[in-house]
Amino acid sequence: MDGGTFRERIAVNRRNSVFLILLFLVFVAVFGYVIGYAWIGDPTGALFGLALAFVVGTISGVVTYYGGDRMVLAASRAKQVTHEDAPVLFNVVEEMAIASGLPMPKVYIIEDSAPNAFATGRDPEHATVAATTGLLRKLDRDELQGVMAHEMSHVGNFDIRYAMLVGVLVGTTVLISDFFLRGLWFGGGRGGGRREGGGQIQLIMMVVAILLAVLAPLFARLLQLSISRQREYLADASAVRLTRNPKGLADALAKISGDKEVLEVANRATAHLYIVNPVKSFEKRAKGLFSTHPPVNERIDILRSMETGGIPETVG
Amino acid sequence: MSIILLIILVVVLVVLVIFAIVTYNGLVRKRNDTEEAYRQIDVQLKRRYDLIPNLLEGVKKYFRQEQEVLTQVTQARSRAMQPQSPGQQAQSEAQLSGAIGSLFAVAENYPDLKSDRVMLDFQEELSSTENKISFARQHYNDSVGDYNTKVQSFPAVIFSRMMGFTEREYFEAAGPERESVTVSYD
Repeated sequence: MDGGTFRERIAVNRRNSVFLILLFLVFVAVFGYVIGYAWIGDPTGALFGLALAFVVGTISGVVTYYGGDRMVLAASRAKQVTHEDAPVLFNVVEEMAIASGLPMPKVYIIEDSAPNAFATGRDPEHATVAATTGLLRKLDRDELQGVMAHEMSHVGNFDIRYAMLVGVLVGTTVLISDFFLRGLWFGGGRGGGRREGGGQIQLIMMVVAILLAVLAPLFARLLQLSISRQREYLADASAVRLTRNPKGLADALAKISGDKEVLEVANRATAHLYIVNPVKSFEKRAKGLFSTHPPVNERIDILRSMETGGIPETVG
Repeated sequence: MSIILLIILVVVLVVLVIFAIVTYNGLVRKRNDTEEAYRQIDVQLKRRYDLIPNLLEGVKKYFRQEQEVLTQVTQARSRAMQPQSPGQQAQSEAQLSGAIGSLFAVAENYPDLKSDRVMLDFQEELSSTENKISFARQHYNDSVGDYNTKVQSFPAVIFSRMMGFTEREYFEAAGPERESVTVSYD
């Protein structure tokens, strides 16, 4: 693997990860403060809300950092396999781990006839790649190798960590928003009318809180959508460096995107992890901004151009 | 005036020292990467030695009429495992790959074997072993290229020779490997 490219991506991902965590903590703190004020009605309540949101945010952050991969795998109903269970997949992953100089990741299989794959984990030492049974059945060895090289590139780039953190951000934001909006129906505004001045501020805070609660998940979702597009192009390019065979990945992408079956275990929280967007109807409806993945056709075109001219013909 | 000059001098010196340290550490890391990659090739070669007897044991009965090929592989394996000079080593490794190649060629002659589960597994394991060796070599060459570029690039090149960093050689598969393959298929 070209160390330079990998290292640059790792540096960018590290910086973005830290930035994302800070942004998230600030947001959670502000959100907690506003909700606390709106709900309880005085600055003490606001501080209580701030503290609560901060604790919830930190806990979910820590839990996800160390256990997020297991959550994603459980949500996708993936099962760990050994060399005996799936020799070809295991061998292909091992080959790509060797080619990239990364430690061997854990290998999981998802029982689903729709072909797709993803990688997750917090760093290359704690990484997992997962493939569906459909992928194993429908792709030949070269194509599978292309897909696994793409996934190992995500591992080597630390894309997996960033994608996981984005998952937490989206998840926790939605959780807090939900918590607040539901709270409104029950004990909301207990302190309302207790004090004249406080009541007015509380009303304003209430409006701000509702706005935040409605907008924040949308914003978080937009962030989740935008992060992964650039990464897919990069992972495709790194994958070709590993396999020296752009045709394998191009054919694989064509097969995966052309497949009519729907991956049932994928949902909006995990969609951005997969090699080709599994939420198909969504991609069709909203091209461009709202897509987690660049158009597959464009990715295939780039790979095809590597086949003919981009990479010099080698012996054999 | 002289104070300012002194400060400038000290600053330039400090910057140079920091630059040298960073460059040195970067070179050390890359050199270690290449050494690690080189060891990985050996790991994979050793893996192949260990795997061959098991694999052959599993398919021995299919090749009853083809004892010669099996013996070829076994012999090539023991030759490759003997301590020898790096040049000879490369040659006997290539011969082993060639012998494995002819084993595949022989298997092609038995159409009924092609769909046999045991045979398919055997072929997958054997070809994956060969793949792993060539990917390990590819990774070695990638990291050597990376390291050499760093050693030869302009700012680092000033320090690198002084600090004892020299270019490493690429692994060349073309020469002996190709020869031995043609020999074994004759």
